[in-house]
Amino acid sequence: MLVTSVGAYGIYLAIVLGRAGGGPLAAVPYVSALLWTVGGAIVASIVLHIAVSTFSGAEAGRKDVRDREINRFGEYIGQSFVVIGGVAALLMAMAELDYFWIANVIYLGFVLSAVLGSVAKIVAYRRGFQEW
Amino acid sequence: MVKPTRVTNAIRTLRFAHGEMTQAELARRIGVTRQTIIAIEQGRYSPSLEMAFQIARVFSVGLDDVFQYPDGESEGVQ
Repeated sequence: MLVTSVGAYGIYLAIVLGRAGGGPLAAVPYVSALLWTVGGAIVASIVLHIAVSTFSGAEAGRKDVRDREINRFGEYIGQSFVVIGGVAALLMAMAELDYFWIANVIYLGFVLSAVLGSVAKIVAYRRGFQEW
Repeated sequence: MVKPTRVTNAIRTLRFAHGEMTQAELARRIGVTRQTIIAIEQGRYSPSLEMAFQIARVFSVGLDDVFQYPDGESEGVQ
């Protein structure tokens, strides 16, 4: 999730910035690049998941109550950036900014949400996640 | 940062006292992954009350023999 989200966003940025070529960013056609990288990230994470479960032991694929709790914890932490992205998009729409910026702030929110959520899950697995 | 739990446990000792039961075997008997047993033994994860009872039942001892909560000033309760 972390790898595919960051990878896809990196590719997207490279494409959009490459197309801009010093010109105004908002004039760059971004829709196809955005859709393809989001779709690609979803497919890549499914393929990676299958590959990892195939090549790891029989036990690695099993999930128990702790895995589910950690997953929930990570999703909860990551959720904040979806909200921040949504609020930012709302404000930008009210300010009648270009669609380019609104679409991109939402995409960035999703990416940051995935990154933060994944990092939170990794930390939870390594150090624990329950507050006392 | 995450504070470690003050609950301690004697699972490792109990496993050795029960024919050197492996973490994998204990995990299989209570239906969790071995990683969860490792996390509980290291104090990185506090199991649910139900899982705690299941662990105690595997060793045929009481809950108090598996998990301890040492005396000290209580935190978190205002």
